[in-house]
Amino acid sequence: MQAHTEEHHIVPKRVYALVFVTLIILTWVTAWVSTVDLGRMNIYVALSIAVFKATLVVLFFMHVKYGSRLTKLIVCSGILWLMLLLFITMSDIWTRGWIGVPGR
Amino acid sequence: MITATAPVIEEKNYLNAEHGLKSWLLTQDHKRIALLYLMAVSVFFIVGGFFAVLIRLELATPAGDLLDSNTYNKVFTMHGVVMIFFFLIPSIPAILGNFLLPLMIGAKDLAFPRINLLSWYVYMLAGILGTTVLLTGGVDTGWTFYTPLSSTYSNGYVVLTAMAAFVAGFSSILTGLNFIVTVHRMRAPGLTWFRLPLFVWAHYATSVVMILGTPVIAVTLFLLMLERGLHIGFFDPAYGGDPVLFQHLFWFYSHPAVYIMILPSMGVISEVVSTFCTKKPFGYTFIAFSSVAIAVFGFLVWGHHLFVSSQSAYAGMVFSILTYIVAIPSAIKVFNWSATMYKGQVRLETPMLYALGFIGLFTIGGLTGLFLAAMGLNVHVTDTYFVVAHFHYVMVGGGVMGYLAGLHHWWPKMFGRMYSRTWSMVAAGLVFIGFNLTFFPQFLLGYMGMPRRYHVYPPEFQVLNVLSSAGASILALGFLIPGIYLTWSLKYGAKAPANPWGGVTLEWQTSSPPPTSNFDVTPVITNEVYDYTNQEVPHIG
Repeated sequence: MQAHTEEHHIVPKRVYALVFVTLIILTWVTAWVSTVDLGRMNIYVALSIAVFKATLVVLFFMHVKYGSRLTKLIVCSGILWLMLLLFITMSDIWTRGWIGVPGR
Repeated sequence: MITATAPVIEEKNYLNAEHGLKSWLLTQDHKRIALLYLMAVSVFFIVGGFFAVLIRLELATPAGDLLDSNTYNKVFTMHGVVMIFFFLIPSIPAILGNFLLPLMIGAKDLAFPRINLLSWYVYMLAGILGTTVLLTGGVDTGWTFYTPLSSTYSNGYVVLTAMAAFVAGFSSILTGLNFIVTVHRMRAPGLTWFRLPLFVWAHYATSVVMILGTPVIAVTLFLLMLERGLHIGFFDPAYGGDPVLFQHLFWFYSHPAVYIMILPSMGVISEVVSTFCTKKPFGYTFIAFSSVAIAVFGFLVWGHHLFVSSQSAYAGMVFSILTYIVAIPSAIKVFNWSATMYKGQVRLETPMLYALGFIGLFTIGGLTGLFLAAMGLNVHVTDTYFVVAHFHYVMVGGGVMGYLAGLHHWWPKMFGRMYSRTWSMVAAGLVFIGFNLTFFPQFLLGYMGMPRRYHVYPPEFQVLNVLSSAGASILALGFLIPGIYLTWSLKYGAKAPANPWGGVTLEWQTSSPPPTSNFDVTPVITNEVYDYTNQEVPHIG
């Protein structure tokens, strides 16, 4: 059995407060930017803000920043799986027009 | 595998350590939680079986004379929902895995005993939601909840059923998480990864699938609920969605879910074959890594469910090839079990009979999966009884046979009692015969063009349907008999010794039933797993 030698990292309260305030501000930015017509960029801007907010939550609120390498590996494998899901699903959408359908 | 630090056998065990309902409902002992799961899962198996009986009764005649079409839709939906989400997925991991995993690695319990209990309560909450659906009118979408039927047109309790599956998924995630942490952190001294029993490898791979895949089905069902309830567009083209997207997201989990059902069974079969051949499994490392390979490749084949759903032909080709590839690690296991039996001292006890049944039936189920992976043939048999027969050969012929093999193998360990050898062998024979008579005709029906999910059919299909229904009666008897003699054994069965079958993994080194703490002294492992050098073959019967 492996000994559990890692010490728990105590995160200062001001870090939590800073992350919380940033998340609130970014939520406000998300709402505001939805009222601005950025054309094709709408979706990219909205998703970028969402991904940044999710990263903050995972790193600080879920303590991954201070976790072991194994924890980070598990998180990365989850992200890799999400990428697989999105990429392979989109590969269907992207290639649907490659072969003509008779009568269409 | 074991050093001289074998634990002292004592009268006090996990069953009689505490008494009263509260001691069970608030227990944190993995063995007691396994028994809580055993009771709940058994009830759902009976409920799911009841729906199967109704289906086969209806299909005994070509006319829809027992159930009307709406009721039939609800019956096959509830059969699928109950059997998959409430029986097959939790059966081996939550019952046998919970009970055995800590014992097999020399631990006192799982890493998170409270989370383990929580997983049972979450499962029961899901069960209550599912039962509410049953009692209030049911749902008719099929267990696959395909949109736009589920999101727009169905009049059944789609949201409540989806919620039940959603909640059951969290129970599964908690179990998988617990197993992974336990295997990483709580192995006994000297128990390296390549000394782990193959049952543990299989459960580790299953747990990875559980925690990587289950959140996706949870999110998918949540999106379905949002679309149905709040008309937020994900899958309905009228709201800017795509119905095929639902199928992608659904099968991203639900195909790997087949491996959640079958991998633990494969772990059971590895243990049973090794024990009853008194022989180290042939190609231990290959069997171990094939579990991991199945878990990984199993995630990349979901598109073979979408060959006729307007999926791109190029994506279809890739999914077809990947599906052929996933057959390789499955075949490795079958070849290795067969090679283990070669020149082994094969003892045909009941668990071994089920294991032999598993190998034969899973092989048929797996090979017919290759038929379905071929895009051209798939078009011909899509949504026919060929598919129904295929997945029942995998899930029942594989999953349930493995569960029964495991239950019979470890029953003496779990309860400290032996069951009737004669009756158990009779039941194993009935299950094998009944299963084949039920489902083999369905391959023929499907190939001849009988579609699934219809309660009326042309008269020329009746002979094969009658055979199938007759087989289902034998199968039901085969399932009923173990329910009787196993229950009987709890009170009247002969006391089981610590190691009735001559197994060499750690759980056989403690008493039957084990003490609450599993081992009085933490075992220290100095030699390889499956070392039968000094193991005597017990004489039974």
